[in-house]
Amino acid sequence: MDNPYRMKLNLKVWRQHGPQDKGGFQTYALDDVSPDSSFLEMLDLLNEQLVSKREEPVAFDHDCREGICGMCSLYINGHPHGPEQTTTCQLHMRSFSDGETITIEPWRAKAFPIIKDLTVDRSAFERIIQAGGYISVNTGQAVDGNAIPVPKDDAEDAFNAATCIGCGACVAACKNASAMLFVGAKVSHLGLLPQGRPEAAKRAQAMVRQMDAEGFGSCTNTGACSAECPKEIPQSVIGMLNREYLLSTTLSEEG
Amino acid sequence: MAWLNAFLSSTIGQKVVVALTGLFLCTFLVVHMVGNLQLIWGTADKFNLYTYAMTHNKVIKVVSYLTYASIVLHAVMAIWVNRRNAGARPVGYAKKGTNSTWSSRNMVFLGVVILVYIVVHLYNFWFQLKFGEVGTVVIEGKHVKDLYPVVINAFQIPWLVALYVVSMAALSFHLIHGFQSGFQTVGVSHHKYTPFIKQLGIWVFGVLIPLGFAAVPIAVMILKDPIPIP
Ligand code: SF4
Ligand code: FES
Repeated sequence: MDNPYRMKLNLKVWRQHGPQDKGGFQTYALDDVSPDSSFLEMLDLLNEQLVSKREEPVAFDHDCREGICGMCSLYINGHPHGPEQTTTCQLHMRSFSDGETITIEPWRAKAFPIIKDLTVDRSAFERIIQAGGYISVNTGQAVDGNAIPVPKDDAEDAFNAATCIGCGACVAACKNASAMLFVGAKVSHLGLLPQGRPEAAKRAQAMVRQMDAEGFGSCTNTGACSAECPKEIPQSVIGMLNREYLLSTTLSEEG
Repeated sequence: MAWLNAFLSSTIGQKVVVALTGLFLCTFLVVHMVGNLQLIWGTADKFNLYTYAMTHNKVIKVVSYLTYASIVLHAVMAIWVNRRNAGARPVGYAKKGTNSTWSSRNMVFLGVVILVYIVVHLYNFWFQLKFGEVGTVVIEGKHVKDLYPVVINAFQIPWLVALYVVSMAALSFHLIHGFQSGFQTVGVSHHKYTPFIKQLGIWVFGVLIPLGFAAVPIAVMILKDPIPIP
């Protein structure tokens, strides 16, 4: 008898042996899935079954499984991180219906090459951060936390921008595979705070230069990234990035 | 000038060029609109004098060259950006969801429709005025080309009127996204005034102006009789 608290699913999963392999979709039928399990637990179940059949398990990225590290990915049924605006690890199977066919694809971008199956290489983001996504501080005595006043609104906007976990869903969602939301989040997060100002011009120039070198597209303001970002990073960070880039080009020694 | 070169080859710099030329062309639309209204409410003489002014005034001349340059730069840069962006995702998705407006995803298509329209439109009137056989009339002691009947007669052709109306629909969708997008690209965004820019872009540039432009050929077709050219 069918258990009403269990789901049957058809999974259409992208399988690709390695970076050079052409790859293609494989379909798997999975039953006995709990609606309360997370999407990644559902994939674990699939992999257990594959392993017991001596088949190669599906490679997918994950780490914290609590929505804070940004490691999980997956383009599920046409949306990065699936139908809810959250990370894939925080997505639950109750968001799908019994008997549904779920299409699972990797992030698609020239700058995010596929390593295997659903895992992609997002080190392009690391290189963008290394180019300027930091503030330089001298070591020594810790500075008094309240010594530098920060306007409340700026602090809030900076904190909101700082919630970006670098997952790359913005790139996956964008029709141009643009990384502007990610870079905008970093530039806003650091540039809104007094400690980040001295390097703001240099940062905007260096991060955009690296972003372009990695092969990400440009922003045509479709807003698809914010609609999919699990941390709801707003379009205004892109406005700030454009502003910082334009001002640093025209008014600073950088550029 | 290495900095300028770097700027113009960056993804943001190229978008800024598209944005600035686009916003400049928006101001041109407003000026053009004023002239058009002469066709509905003005007289033949007023319209011909207006065309005369548009082709003889020095300032207007400079502005018109700027306009041509902007159209070319806007189109070339936008297509360049579009190709570059297409290269950023060489392999697409099998199942693609949508989470953005139709206009925002189809700016190049809409732009190409508008570009074709501009060529037809220039051929219809500007080319006739410069190189076609257009008669002259004397108004206020000036020998003025008589473009008025050319316009009135052109808009008796139903398919041409249809082309104008369809193109204005494309312009509408292009500006509904493009106007506010231009401001965002040049970094003019703040929650104090961005909502206003968005509304202005939708209602004035996306609705009112294209409607006004589309109204002229329709009104001429319905209201005016063809003028026999001697
Ligand atoms: S901006 Fe949002 S979608 Fe993009 S990397 Fe950061 S958290 Fe992920
Ligand atoms: S696994 Fe860490 S955010 Fe999903």
